[in-house]
Amino acid sequence: MTDLAIKASGLRKAYQDKTVLDGVGLEVEAGTIFSLLGPNGAGKTTTVNILSTLIKADAGSVRVAGHDLTTQAKAVRAAIGVTGQFAAVDELLTGQENLQLMVDLSKQANKKSVGDLLERFELTEAAKKPASTYSGGMRRKLDLAMTLVGNPRIIFLDEPTTGLDPRSRRTMWTIIRDLVADGVTIFLTTQYLEEADQLADRIAVLDQGRLVAEGTAAELKRRIPGTHVRLRFATDGELDAAARILPGSTKEDDFLRVPSDGGTKSLRSLLDRLDEYALSAGEFSVHTPDLDDVFLALTGHATEVSAK
Amino acid sequence: MNSIVMLRRNFKHIARNPVSVFNAVLMPIVVMLMFVYMFGDAFSVGVDYVDYATPGLMLLAVCYGLGATATAVNSDMTKGIINRFKVMDVSRGAVLTGHVVASVLTNLVAIAALLGVAFLLGFSPSAGFLDWLGAAGLVVLLGFATGWLTIALGLAAKTPETAGLASVPLVMLPFFSSAIVPADKMGPGLKQFAEYQPFTPIIETLRGLLNGSPATGTLLAALGWCAGIAVVGYLWASSTFKKRA
Repeated sequence: MTDLAIKASGLRKAYQDKTVLDGVGLEVEAGTIFSLLGPNGAGKTTTVNILSTLIKADAGSVRVAGHDLTTQAKAVRAAIGVTGQFAAVDELLTGQENLQLMVDLSKQANKKSVGDLLERFELTEAAKKPASTYSGGMRRKLDLAMTLVGNPRIIFLDEPTTGLDPRSRRTMWTIIRDLVADGVTIFLTTQYLEEADQLADRIAVLDQGRLVAEGTAAELKRRIPGTHVRLRFATDGELDAAARILPGSTKEDDFLRVPSDGGTKSLRSLLDRLDEYALSAGEFSVHTPDLDDVFLALTGHATEVSAK
Repeated sequence: MNSIVMLRRNFKHIARNPVSVFNAVLMPIVVMLMFVYMFGDAFSVGVDYVDYATPGLMLLAVCYGLGATATAVNSDMTKGIINRFKVMDVSRGAVLTGHVVASVLTNLVAIAALLGVAFLLGFSPSAGFLDWLGAAGLVVLLGFATGWLTIALGLAAKTPETAGLASVPLVMLPFFSSAIVPADKMGPGLKQFAEYQPFTPIIETLRGLLNGSPATGTLLAALGWCAGIAVVGYLWASSTFKKRA
């Protein structure tokens, strides 16, 4: 039997008449990265809040680190660390004082860890400055460093890179990979398919409070339309002609979708083939699948929460 | 002890952002100078006005301190700090206890400063040591009770601005009590309100203690109101703290 860090089944949560979670069940193996992928309003934060003992589910059962969430909440809290969507750092305290506060409150930490963490997260220089002067990326790093003070075995990261610039995002990814290398289990929520793809061992797609798909990145990608080229023609005649000569192509509304790996070689041969038949497209674009495509494919609707 | 750690954090906040405490200490003194020094001779209350007004202004000083507490609690709530503490294996009440104790200590500093100015203006209480002790105890109890109520307001408010606003009635209430002028000099309606609102028996008790002649009736009413406010504030704060994420 595999070692499960998190096991949840039948989670439900509603606020007044609005159902946020509608029977969510998931299993996370210890020492892996599990990513909950979904658009805004899908219920990601609510799931994290429930799993981290912050709010109570209306129904369902959860075990985190082997402890029952409702009857052994204290033991769960001792095993987890949470970095929420908005960096929860004390702005009036310096980076060092923020970490020291966590050390003072934590039972597991050792005194050395403040200096180590500052160094590890490249915050040594800013250690004596108040957190209110930190950039977004620095705050996230400080927030995560504060989470690590108690040496948690399971870490919840709620959209850790939303709002970060690409460079800070990559730094955060490196940090997350290092954590897993140390044997920590990561529960990560994200809006970005790329992020889940880069980091996660398993991905679950959450939509309007339900899990609509679960699997490895490769498994999910097989279920969604791959990279393709879109061609738009001036006339329907040309569109039909192009559809006949390009194998695997499909007509969609007023454009032609041609499967492709997006590489220069295959693109050149595609263009050569059009030339051969004296066809020219008015518009040409390469599409790589993004979260919108995943959603469209898995749920049949776009990522925007539709007005009911 | 988690509460001590939290209290130390509150003190650091006050040291870094002293404006809010300045406000809590200076405003009651400004009000005192205004009423005692400026209008004092115009009020006829039977005794020297500074002796009449000081006990009421002590209560006002407690209330002025609450605005800062409400704002501080709310900013902890809305910025996710409280959630951070809630998911840690620490005593759940510690962060709120820290705020209450910081709030009461701020009150005591403000009252000490106020009394200093009162003595400069000729305040001459006839209280004995035990009376002073009783007055101090009542002030701490009042600060504790209104502190919990303010923390509940701070936790429930959506933004720090609304939290600050929510504490305004507490700041205004002393003016509609016997703090500045005796209730029986007020117009009908307001007079009854002033007589029966919670702050009046508390002020009358303080006044009695500082005159060296405390009355049991107002003392019991004062203790009852403080206990009631403390219980309501504490229960409201605890349930909001548990529910809101």
